[in-house]
Amino acid sequence: MQHVVIIGNGISGITAARHIRKLSDCKITVISGETDYFFSRTALMYVYMGHLKFEHTKPYEDWFWEKNRIELKRAWVKTIDFEEKKLYFRIPNEDDKEAKIGGSISYDKLILALGSTPNKFGWKGQNLRGVQGLYSYQDLESLQEITPKINHAVIVGGGLIGVELAEMLHSKGIKVTFLVRESSFWNAIMPSEESNLIAKHIAENHIKLQFSSELEEIIGDENNQVKAIKTKSGEIIDCQFVGLTVGVSPNINFLKLPQGNMIGREKPAFILGVGGLKLNRGILVNEYLETNLPDIYAIGDCVEHENPPKDRKNLEQIWYTGRIMGETVARTICGKPTKYQPGMFFNSAKFFDIEYQTYGQVPNILSEDFKTFYWEHSSGKICVRINYEANRKAVTGVNTFGIRMRHEVWDEWISTKKTIEYVLENLPKANFDPEFFKQYEAEIMEKYNQETGSNLKLKSKKGIFSKIF
Amino acid sequence: MIQKLGLIIFIAAFGLFVGTLGMNDYVLTNKILEKNVKADQLVDAQKQFASMFNKNYSSLFAFAYDLTSGTNTLNNTYDAQQAWDKKYFEDTILAIVKDSANGYLVENKEIMFLLTFGLAILGAFLLIIPEVRKLAGIKNNGIYFNPAMNRKWLGVLIGTFLILFYVALYFKPQYIANWIMIVDPVSRLINGGEASRWFMYGFLYTISVLIMGIRFIIKYRHSKYQVIRTLSIMFFQTCIAFILPEIMSNLNLPSADLKNMWPLDYSFFFNYRLDKLIAGGTFGIFLLVWGIVLFVVGVPVMVYFFGKRWYCSWVCGCGGLAETLGDPFRQLSDKSLKAWKIERYLIHGVLAFAIIMTIGVLYTYFTGNYNLLGFIPTESLKSTYGFLIGSIFSGVVGTGFYPLMGNRVWCRFGCPLAAYLGIIQRFKSKFRITTNGGQCISCGNCSTHCEMGIDVRAYAQKGQDIVRSSCVGCGVCSAVCPRGVLNLENAATGTRIMIAPDILLGNEMLK
Repeated sequence: MQHVVIIGNGISGITAARHIRKLSDCKITVISGETDYFFSRTALMYVYMGHLKFEHTKPYEDWFWEKNRIELKRAWVKTIDFEEKKLYFRIPNEDDKEAKIGGSISYDKLILALGSTPNKFGWKGQNLRGVQGLYSYQDLESLQEITPKINHAVIVGGGLIGVELAEMLHSKGIKVTFLVRESSFWNAIMPSEESNLIAKHIAENHIKLQFSSELEEIIGDENNQVKAIKTKSGEIIDCQFVGLTVGVSPNINFLKLPQGNMIGREKPAFILGVGGLKLNRGILVNEYLETNLPDIYAIGDCVEHENPPKDRKNLEQIWYTGRIMGETVARTICGKPTKYQPGMFFNSAKFFDIEYQTYGQVPNILSEDFKTFYWEHSSGKICVRINYEANRKAVTGVNTFGIRMRHEVWDEWISTKKTIEYVLENLPKANFDPEFFKQYEAEIMEKYNQETGSNLKLKSKKGIFSKIF
Repeated sequence: MIQKLGLIIFIAAFGLFVGTLGMNDYVLTNKILEKNVKADQLVDAQKQFASMFNKNYSSLFAFAYDLTSGTNTLNNTYDAQQAWDKKYFEDTILAIVKDSANGYLVENKEIMFLLTFGLAILGAFLLIIPEVRKLAGIKNNGIYFNPAMNRKWLGVLIGTFLILFYVALYFKPQYIANWIMIVDPVSRLINGGEASRWFMYGFLYTISVLIMGIRFIIKYRHSKYQVIRTLSIMFFQTCIAFILPEIMSNLNLPSADLKNMWPLDYSFFFNYRLDKLIAGGTFGIFLLVWGIVLFVVGVPVMVYFFGKRWYCSWVCGCGGLAETLGDPFRQLSDKSLKAWKIERYLIHGVLAFAIIMTIGVLYTYFTGNYNLLGFIPTESLKSTYGFLIGSIFSGVVGTGFYPLMGNRVWCRFGCPLAAYLGIIQRFKSKFRITTNGGQCISCGNCSTHCEMGIDVRAYAQKGQDIVRSSCVGCGVCSAVCPRGVLNLENAATGTRIMIAPDILLGNEMLK
């Protein structure tokens, strides 16, 4: 019986394990040093805010694993011997109560689902007490320990985790200053209107947003505890906590050799890590999620695609892509080599009270081949952006804030290249808001008609519910 | 600041309310006995209670205790003599206690009402209304740090209070006679008479639904579904369940809670109620027909179109209390597979019990024979059901366990009507909770805040619709979902996705 070992019990690793179990009878072991059981990383914020208890973030009851013959091992992997097909566990030192005994385990096939770690860009003071990111269970624990004693926090980096951290701290009555390097919020991803909409809502929650503001250094006191930060413009902000949310990087440090063997002269395309594993920013994989070593696969946040699918980035650290990679690699491992084909892009988030969903491609800056249509409600909290091809008018992507939309409907509209007119006429079909919610499709249509001089009318209604009445 | 003041006022008023049980003096006189006991009980009663006559009790508890022991002794004698019609019931004992009471409370019921109920309501509003200042949206911050909402000391305390309250209300109302007297002014206003224990309970129930309903509306004011649904609950409890029956009886009509139906209303087919309806002329017959049509036609038709939510979370009184007073405790329901198993045995067991009991009662009603099939004693079937299910399960456990097992203990594990609605919802209904493609992030908010203990996430993360007999359609899973994944919908019955797809939407790998 083959032994498949998976390092990492996050959404990628666990999805792979579940699907391998569905497709085969092989022995499966999942290793994690972080927690005993799979939990939803995205829900850590709700544990901190008291919406949930940690146990609620576990998507499967504890008996599930034994029933499905998925062995769980709690340990940190120290290194991997790719020749011998063996993993070695870290021997815990005395302060490290989390890790269990050392030892080793052999595998026939190995899936690396190592996840990522919060970025630290070598700032002075970045390792002081009270400076941290928000990624792991251990980060949550440290946050819970530190923050009851503080009254002012600085968050560095304007992205999703930053907003979540701001909301978390705000829920405990902690004053938050949010340093954003860019001139508006998350504008590496968001078009400016959406970026401003989010920024307004963040400010409405009494978070102090400081744009075009970069961290210079973090200043500590005599106890190595953070007491202030200094920005590049020289401003000093007193604080007892610094949240570093400037993105994440693949968690591959333990696979790197002390001096990575540089391949090529100037800009190396990759380095060779432990056992000759090809690494760059992440673990390099081909379309089949195979690494350059036989029987070694990589999925999830730690992956860098050598040939990413069309319209996709080579690093895409999203819950959903991790899950899709897990589903895909399970097929390959179980004897049916399958390419990673994530289909139409989608993502979602919640900024304090405003929900956001996106389907297809909505870049922050549009190229000339595309046009965009944007509607915003007078409340400034609801908006819809639809992008479409300039010549054929086929829709290519949508951003929706404050209106829930159907994944399935947008998936079909975008992949079958429906025109912007068709989409607007049928927009209620995509509406996924609860019953009785106010609908804005007519207003959205009106704006389009005004802008383009068209005279389109709504052709469909929302769901069956409207048909009954 | 205002909220703190509100809390202080509320606690003070509640403390005073509990304290009223220590008020008044109690003196039993022969006259009071004569007024409250039947002629054939009087001689025995005078002999039994002679030692209590004209003795001044300063404690309600001591007085009610002596009185109850006395009636117990008498009841034992009557049992031995098989003179069951002479036996004492709680309401007689309660009436004697009330007549024997004198003191500040008796003379100043209005003031005491204002100081207890009035101040408690004021305090509650001061606590609740300022929440409007927060931005609209899901604000479940800190519920798991709150000792009341996390099965900690305060939750246990509240649960204990509720359990004791229900035990007293159902079985020993004489010990809470003063609470019943406090609402006399309201009762007089509405029906001209003194408050019965059921009036007191109905009043308390209704103001709980109203005040906590307002709290719920403020909490979920960004969701029109929640606002309208809660207004519906508040309307049905206040107008249909509380006021309308009072008006009916004021007009000397047979009174009924028009929205309550068999088998939740398990005594609907009891002989005394059937007799009363039949004696009530056209209106009585209308009520009888209405009550039958409601569960024979109303339930299947409405559940087919809308799911059981049309009743359980929009109309029902038990559901109404759970959704309002019980909302702070919704997260405490057990989501495990084991709990689901127990739930299915229990609730369908109760439904079977209710059906057999009712068949027995009707059999006896029409044939005069007290043994169904020759060996099932219908009277004890009836009284066992009334005691175990009607009082203990639905009241003491159903509400008393809110802070311990969540706010839908009765609806989930016990209600026979919910079981009946649920069977139709599961097998023949347009209703489902739709999962939005592949957007679920398994965060667990939906499951945690499901009052019925459904592991919503287990379905959502597999891309499966949620079709469960127990779902009452409260819509909170959809409200707390941070990614817009869940939606309550009605569509063609065959379109419910009951089997999880192999892979979720968003993965286009070749098959």
